[in-house]
Amino acid sequence: MSADMKENVLELQGVVMTFGGLMALSDLNFKVKRGMIKAIIGPNGAGKTTLFNVITGSFPPTQGTVTFNGRPIQHLKAHKIADRGISRTFQTVELFGNMTVLENVMLGCYTRIRTSFMASGFVLPQARRKEKRISETALKILKFIGLSHKFKDPADSLPLGEQKLLEIGRALASEPELICLDEPAAGLNETETHVASSLIKAINAKGTTVLLVEHDMKVVMNISDEILVLNYGRKIAEGPPEDIRKSPTVIEAYLGAEA
Amino acid sequence: MLRIAKLPIAVFALFILVFPWAARQIPAIEHYPDIMVFAGIYCLITIGLSLLMGYAGQISIGHAAFFGIGAYISGILTTNYGMNPWACMGIGMAVTAIVAALVGTPSLKLKGHYLAMATLAFGIIIFIIFNEETEWTGGPDGMSGIPGLSLFGFEFDSVERYYYLVWGFVIAAFIFTVNVIQSGTGRALRAIHASESAAGAMGVDVARFKILVFVYSAVLASLAGSFYAHYLNFINPATFDLFFSIKLLIMIALGGMHNIWGAIVGTGLITFLSNEWLQYFEEFEVIVYGAILLFVTVILPEGLAGVPGIVKGWFRR
Amino acid sequence: MEKITLASQLLQYLITGLTVGSVYAMVAVGFNIIYNVTEIINFAQGEFVMLGGLIMVFFHVAMGLPLILAFPATIILVTLVGILLDRLAIRPIRRPSVLTLIIATIAVSILIKGTASLIWGKDPFDLPAFSGRNPITFLGAVVQPQYFWVIGFLIITAIALSIFFDRTILGKAMSACADNPDAASLVGINVKQMIMLSFALSAAIGAVAGITMTPISLMEYDRGAMLAVKGFAAAILGGLGSFPGAILGGLIMGSIESFGAGLVSSGYKDAFALIVLLVILFFKPSGLMGSIEISKIKRF
Repeated sequence: MSADMKENVLELQGVVMTFGGLMALSDLNFKVKRGMIKAIIGPNGAGKTTLFNVITGSFPPTQGTVTFNGRPIQHLKAHKIADRGISRTFQTVELFGNMTVLENVMLGCYTRIRTSFMASGFVLPQARRKEKRISETALKILKFIGLSHKFKDPADSLPLGEQKLLEIGRALASEPELICLDEPAAGLNETETHVASSLIKAINAKGTTVLLVEHDMKVVMNISDEILVLNYGRKIAEGPPEDIRKSPTVIEAYLGAEA
Repeated sequence: MLRIAKLPIAVFALFILVFPWAARQIPAIEHYPDIMVFAGIYCLITIGLSLLMGYAGQISIGHAAFFGIGAYISGILTTNYGMNPWACMGIGMAVTAIVAALVGTPSLKLKGHYLAMATLAFGIIIFIIFNEETEWTGGPDGMSGIPGLSLFGFEFDSVERYYYLVWGFVIAAFIFTVNVIQSGTGRALRAIHASESAAGAMGVDVARFKILVFVYSAVLASLAGSFYAHYLNFINPATFDLFFSIKLLIMIALGGMHNIWGAIVGTGLITFLSNEWLQYFEEFEVIVYGAILLFVTVILPEGLAGVPGIVKGWFRR
Repeated sequence: MEKITLASQLLQYLITGLTVGSVYAMVAVGFNIIYNVTEIINFAQGEFVMLGGLIMVFFHVAMGLPLILAFPATIILVTLVGILLDRLAIRPIRRPSVLTLIIATIAVSILIKGTASLIWGKDPFDLPAFSGRNPITFLGAVVQPQYFWVIGFLIITAIALSIFFDRTILGKAMSACADNPDAASLVGINVKQMIMLSFALSAAIGAVAGITMTPISLMEYDRGAMLAVKGFAAAILGGLGSFPGAILGGLIMGSIESFGAGLVSSGYKDAFALIVLLVILFFKPSGLMGSIEISKIKRF
């Protein structure tokens, strides 16, 4: 990976996102340092998933720039952004239910190893070799996330906790520099949450920068290096967990939302 | 579900090889190889369509147009300009590829019934052109005198020779398509079918893929059209109407949309139904097709390919 | 002298276009009724029109029933077919997906077409015009009285529908289903029945279109597909789901076709509507009166 080793993997400047009359994100500025785990939190409707969608290319921001390794990406389509080295998971699990566990992860390799339509049809030797590399990589990842024993099972036969792990595994297959996890602990029980947290820490330990959206405060406080708090599409606080925990602005935003 | 075994393909190829000889031994089915030629021609279309509909999850109710473009380009260039039929086949496929890319690019941005309607409209427009441009196509009366095929002096002028020619191409196309399905490219296609947003997030250029498969299926249909023209030595617009596009749909639905073998089985059955078993019951043809399609849609959504699964389900209880 | 002839020619095309357009508008309205409640595009919509014409021929010509009896009898029968379509093809589908529903309605459309060819054969049939065939001269254009019956019935249908949806409980219930089926069922509306009703209503309107148009352009067993495509084009032009849009779209579509056939090429008459459909789908699928937000929110 010959990436330009900038200090900040991701940088947002002046990002605004409006849908019709609704301003989902307004004047967002923040940086994600290489190698950190950064969490984005905020009450429901604060714009967290919209932010993810802008970063990963589901749609371009109305205004502002998103920079990845120093190069702007806000105008790129999702598949191009994946090629650059950003991977993601989805809030409601979007696995490929019509494929096996192994095939889902193998698809994750697509951005790194591809064969053309013609080469696939004629099964040229290079195509065969690439397939072998892809399945080896995928099996390694399955081992890493603890799902090797289920590699042949249809992806939609897995319980939710394992589906979420699988989605993370699929996102890892492309060896991303930055992985964006959208509510990795949503819907999980305590054991499953613990497994997910450990996995995220292990991924980070290997050098991948992690950006995550999460509601589970225990997870957030436990694994994050830095937290960004959104409310009504604006940044209202940013800093290490201890600061955020004590911040009166943040407490008010959450309590205010409940009241 | 996806390891498409090589053994059945070999067995099937063997069956194809032996069939004409076997048919000659039984007077009642002596003429079946002729019907099989048509089945083979239609299989070329349905193999591509199956990839498009069953694996990439898109729909086209206008593929008769591509079948017709291939047929008419072959017919016009060989009859009016005396060009080499094989070259014309290639030209037909190239022209079809361009047309498919032009029509497919805006169409495949549409979803569901918008896409269906766009392909429907396109198919009918091409059909109208075949009927109206009488100077080129001969209009509703059709175009005759289309030469047959030959290679280095070897004439494909008997049913049997043409049978082996067409089925040779069918088996080649089948194997090629199976290879694609089992490759990383096939995985990307199935990913698109399951979740376009997740596929995109994993680096798959969804728009480009859809167009690619659409063009592939169109080119195969064009090839089929050329074979059709050189076999019958006569074509007319009525062959390439909306109802034929729907018939293709029925072939795939009957066989099983999510299984490439389904294309072969469904096409074979419908072709025999059409050319043989229903030939004395022509008035009932349309109702039978409608009933088959309805039955498959409501009761057997995976087509005949889904039957083994259903039977297994009974035994498990 | 030339100017008057051209002007009256154009007027002729316009009136013809509005007449044909009224038929397309009625088909488009039928599409919208079903689409609003179910988000299904009913490919068999054109068959209702065809059946309206041919069944009317049966009651009025073959059986000799007077117009005043044959008309409602035909509508009732075609409505029953619409209900059958819902019961046999739509309701039983276990895992409805876009593709499956499209194919289901296509299946029924060819079933109906096949049955029609069995019963009536492949020849076109004629109906006596409601008020005779003495042409009316109108500002230089020569027009069949039946044309005004067609346009008139479109107006009646439009008024009846707006009263139905705005003023009656049943109509409001259907609108509620269209807006939000889950909320509708929570307040006690039987969504399945509303769906059946939407098919029934669409079939009835289609039948009216078929009955009124047959004295002008005859009717045969396979007219359904073209009517469906053109009606769909009208619905999309006006914005899928919008009733005023459907009517506007239909009239515009009919006019384009009429002027195209008269001024450009009559052989390509059918192609005009199809080309307009493709242009709209490619460049502005939300149509004239639809909004982009709505077309994105609807599932398909």
